[in-house]
Amino acid sequence: MADPFIIETADLRKRYDGVDALRGLSLQVPAGSIYGFLGRNGAGKTTTMKVLLGMARPTSGRARVFGLAADEQDASVEIRRRTSFVSDEKDLYNYMTVEAMIRFTAPFFPRWRVDLEQRYLRKFDLPPDRNVKALSRGMRTKLALLLALCRGAELLILDEPTSGLDPAMTEEVLQALVTHVAGEGMTVFFSSHQIVEVEQIADHVAIIDRGRAVVTGALDDLRERYRRIQLVFDNEAPAVAFRAPGVERVQRNGRVVTLLSSAGTKQILEEARALNPASVDVVPVTLKEIFLETIAVEN
Amino acid sequence: MLFRPNPSSGVPIYLQLMEQVKHAIETGALRPGEQLPGMRPLAEELVINPNTVAKAYRELEHEEVIELRHGAGAFVSGNARAKKLTDNLRAGQAIVAAAVERLHARGVTDEEIRRLFEAELAGLTRSGGHGG
Repeated sequence: MADPFIIETADLRKRYDGVDALRGLSLQVPAGSIYGFLGRNGAGKTTTMKVLLGMARPTSGRARVFGLAADEQDASVEIRRRTSFVSDEKDLYNYMTVEAMIRFTAPFFPRWRVDLEQRYLRKFDLPPDRNVKALSRGMRTKLALLLALCRGAELLILDEPTSGLDPAMTEEVLQALVTHVAGEGMTVFFSSHQIVEVEQIADHVAIIDRGRAVVTGALDDLRERYRRIQLVFDNEAPAVAFRAPGVERVQRNGRVVTLLSSAGTKQILEEARALNPASVDVVPVTLKEIFLETIAVEN
Repeated sequence: MLFRPNPSSGVPIYLQLMEQVKHAIETGALRPGEQLPGMRPLAEELVINPNTVAKAYRELEHEEVIELRHGAGAFVSGNARAKKLTDNLRAGQAIVAAAVERLHARGVTDEEIRRLFEAELAGLTRSGGHGG
């Protein structure tokens, strides 16, 4: 039976030189999704990708891609055959021209898509005769992306694909990803610390902090579940602990209590009502707020 | 057609898109029987996830606002449900306009009105009974 998840990790741990880079990471990436892997620098995003691609061995826990164990050698070869990876460094040969770089790369991949190669060459406005060395950062990214998209891979793993790009270039890269997923039905797993781009194109997200996923799920589901609830009292706010399960955070400040809830708003409101507040406000929470709040809690 | 979901608003993008399609029908920008943009071109144009557009269209089909014809695309429903929706929205608009006008007359600001609506929709009616 086909695995419903293209990537699945459970309690994944990785210790490098006495540092815990991953501390029990659990992820489930559904087939056909654009999965945003969001976290601050040093949260463990690149390490996770290396483990998935067999470039680093996990200390413990499980990592599977296409249902194959990422830490078994034969399986790992198969995973890499079916996966395109664009690293943060954009591994390209500086002495080659754009055209030579494409001609050099294509023969390694039997399913190379000449049609896509031509399309992205035009769309990205890449100069075929220019040396890779002379490309701007944005052009390098677009060339690396072209090479990754034309491989005919089922899974695209991108490490910070838009880092250092201006807004126009970023939009171009995001559009290429959206178009590609729509046309080819592949799965994209990309890391970023740019919340705006994640909320724009991702349908699933994980927020990772210090080696652990602190929030995971379908983005629309998170937007529907998370609420900020503000209670204003006539006098000093009562110092009670909220017992409803969805309460993530409570801040008490004079006559005002602010709650962040991740689920069960109705139940929390019932509990709040019993405290006789003078007023109650409920507002949606943006991904940026969820990110900042969940990271803050960890700290 | 002008659809402009705001990914940073905290409201699910598919819900924003659904509202915008309904609004286009309500204003007459989209008429019964007319074709909507294809899911893929729309995702590319708005640079949003294709699955999100598909979800919005599926939900709109479920609400009988649009019809998805296999291979042909999405069309605004010509049936009574869509008509009724338009009528309901027109009636609703009038009610909201009157309510907003009365609130303005009492000195309630736009931002406060927005929050009142939001609280009401979040099911706060029963908990707001303590002078809120």
